[in-house]
Amino acid sequence: MCLAIPGKVEEIAEENGLRMGRVNFGGVVKRVCLDYVPEVEVGDYTIVHVGFALSKIDEEEAVKTLEEFRKMGILDEELADGDEAFARAAKAPQSPCPDGSCTAK
Amino acid sequence: MKYLTEFRNGEIAQRMAREIHALATRPWKIMEVCGGQTHSIIKNGIDQMLPAGIEMIHGPGCPVCVTPLELIDKALAIAAQPGVIFCSFGDMLRVPGTDADLFQIKGAGGDVRVVYSPLDAVEVAAKNPGKQVVFFGVGFETTAPANAMSVHVAKRRGLKNFSLLVSHVLVPPAIAAILESPDNKVQAFLLAGHVCSVMGYWEYPPIAAKYGIPLVVTGFEPLDLLDGIRRAVIQLEAGRHEVENAYGRIVTYNGNKPAQKLLGEVFEVTDRAWRGIGVIPKSGWRLSQAYREFDAEERFQIQGIHTHESPLCRAGDVLRGAIKPAECAAFGKECTPRHPLGATMVSSEGACAAYFNYGRFLSAEELAGAGSGLTRG
Amino acid sequence: MAENSKAGAVDFSNWSCPLPLVGYPTIVMGHGGGGKLGNELVEHLFLPAFRNTALENLGDAAVLNLPSGRLAMSTDSFVVQPLFFPGGSIGDLAVNGTVNDLAVSGAVPKFLSASFILEEGFPLAQLAAIVEAMAAAAATAGVQIVTGDTKVVERGHGDGCYINTAGIGVLRSGLEVGPHRAKPGDAILVSGTVGDHGMAIMSVREGLEFESQIRSDCAALNGMIGAVLDSVGEEVHAMRDPTRGGLASTLNEIAQASGVGIAIDEARLPVRMEVQSACELLGLDPVYVANEGKAVFFVAPDAAERVLAVLKAHPLGRDAAVIGQVTAEHKGMLVSRTAMGANRVIAQQIGEQLPRIC
Repeated sequence: MCLAIPGKVEEIAEENGLRMGRVNFGGVVKRVCLDYVPEVEVGDYTIVHVGFALSKIDEEEAVKTLEEFRKMGILDEELADGDEAFARAAKAPQSPCPDGSCTAK
Repeated sequence: MKYLTEFRNGEIAQRMAREIHALATRPWKIMEVCGGQTHSIIKNGIDQMLPAGIEMIHGPGCPVCVTPLELIDKALAIAAQPGVIFCSFGDMLRVPGTDADLFQIKGAGGDVRVVYSPLDAVEVAAKNPGKQVVFFGVGFETTAPANAMSVHVAKRRGLKNFSLLVSHVLVPPAIAAILESPDNKVQAFLLAGHVCSVMGYWEYPPIAAKYGIPLVVTGFEPLDLLDGIRRAVIQLEAGRHEVENAYGRIVTYNGNKPAQKLLGEVFEVTDRAWRGIGVIPKSGWRLSQAYREFDAEERFQIQGIHTHESPLCRAGDVLRGAIKPAECAAFGKECTPRHPLGATMVSSEGACAAYFNYGRFLSAEELAGAGSGLTRG
Repeated sequence: MAENSKAGAVDFSNWSCPLPLVGYPTIVMGHGGGGKLGNELVEHLFLPAFRNTALENLGDAAVLNLPSGRLAMSTDSFVVQPLFFPGGSIGDLAVNGTVNDLAVSGAVPKFLSASFILEEGFPLAQLAAIVEAMAAAAATAGVQIVTGDTKVVERGHGDGCYINTAGIGVLRSGLEVGPHRAKPGDAILVSGTVGDHGMAIMSVREGLEFESQIRSDCAALNGMIGAVLDSVGEEVHAMRDPTRGGLASTLNEIAQASGVGIAIDEARLPVRMEVQSACELLGLDPVYVANEGKAVFFVAPDAAERVLAVLKAHPLGRDAAVIGQVTAEHKGMLVSRTAMGANRVIAQQIGEQLPRIC
């Protein structure tokens, strides 16, 4: 169970007594209930399951985790730090659309 | 997508798999509890990347699969009634009851609607005051906060025509039940990361201590799963049995306090029957006294349900991890996704469906050698 | 009826009918009766929109001039809800769907019929918009709508508007394409990104809706396919447009029809970022999501580069890619290499793919 995906909060407003947000998931925006994550503000990332934000994503922890992953099984590759490591890890395989409008899975 | 795509990096995955190969000196059996993790493991071929001695046993973390047959039949009876709008997550639509499934009820004229969020069902109730709107509240602890909020909002708005058909199950009692089973082979667990994002992982140290078993809070993407497996193997090799959090970017020790607070108000613990497994004491949630008026079972009082499971179906054994889907005599023969005998073949994250759809009926060699002519550009 | 007139992203407030329809703002039973009301629809709506001699003769049948030789004929019915969605409407689908079925059979589409089953109470403004869309699509595709029919069913017995189109095309001489002709070694190309149409529909589907820039890819492919055939002709063995059931269904069907295996590489599959995101949100797999403006080609291995170049030079094929090849192994099965480097079987799906929470 538990298909929950990360999204970025773009807007927050009260609706019908609930704290609701417009959350952007890679270009797709959905209204999400933020009542369970009062600490989440506009610009934060949060994990969303069936229309409810359940947890704020600890971005520092995410970067740290990826950096640790990158270090595993490396023999002699040069290690990068922080943002660059993150950017390298995020790079998708060779995209078939040069204009960047699509991305390989 | 940020914080998702990076955790699917194939190159890093290969390296992490090599680490696991280097670490494991003995065979180990690890269970991933959550159906979403099973789905991800099989779809991404994580199990193909592991050393031969590491066996992933697929657990009962599929709320769709474990919803009791009697409750499915009640859902079908309610959905078939005129004047009812039956709302559900898509997962439940093809789960077989004794005689039919929700899809067939829809085909026969029942107003069955797929929604993304339980709050959508509340809106349907607000917009259709002349109808009874029922939401099928299935799930583990991850989904419970959403379902809790739906009845909380319905109560606050004074909606008399909304009710919840509750089938909530809890992970820690399921793990304990598996560990108590005399034929248990599981030596370590990957805990369900999103369940823990709600509940935290403070419930698990007593379990790790009592049974002497490593428990690793794990995510769902390939790199998260490989990391969870790696940490479990490290503990197993060292003879440790601790609770570890491999999903720190989402999960904290205490979990989500506001969610737990509302859960405590809306739900109370109860014994629950798990389809294919039987009753596990104190393993489920039902609506508390304050919210009991929103309980669909009580509101509709469906009588005369006579359940009948196929005698060929071994979903229970699969859910307990006692057999692999391919070891069931009916797998791929009497039981296929087109004609499922049990819920594990219907649910997209049921182990049987995952095995069938992702090719475990090709032999291991055939699957590994497939597409060998492809060159990666 | 209120749900049926929900227009999704389309705003009717500025639309004005070029030839005012007399009297009725909505469809009534009489419009299907073959009498004055029905004639009015023909005279004031269908004729001006579709404008061609064969239609204007208003006979019981259209009389057409066709070259001798082999013809292809195809029919399809369109029942999409909502009727209007980002990137198109049922009208676009009705024309392009049949045009594409003819084109992937190796035929040059020429003539279409259009039959409407309308629900009593259906707004004429919407019908007119649909008909205008069909006229525009037909003009783009270079086909004529030469005959048609209208029937009306009682309120509550239809979904606003159903359309059936049938089409005739002329087959290229010497060309033999078909789902049974794929051969081991054939290269497999897709003309662009997958999953756009299905997710555009999802984005406006009640209960699941979300905001995005995703638009249906609905388009007539005969021009692009014609360019491919002009370039490599008989080296194309099979073609199909992957509509319902997505790319996965099409590849499974061809694998089974040809008795071959198919191996694809997921890293090469073109998918728009937003389509991928929407699929993640709902728990769907883009390979099973419908397309309405894409074609899959099975070509002799030596022709692959040329076909790719022709596709990419065409406005509808800019994102084309070689995604895999046909093999003699695992006959009848579609196997995909995942980003992890492992292989998974992409099975034929049972019924519609449903959003999931698990």
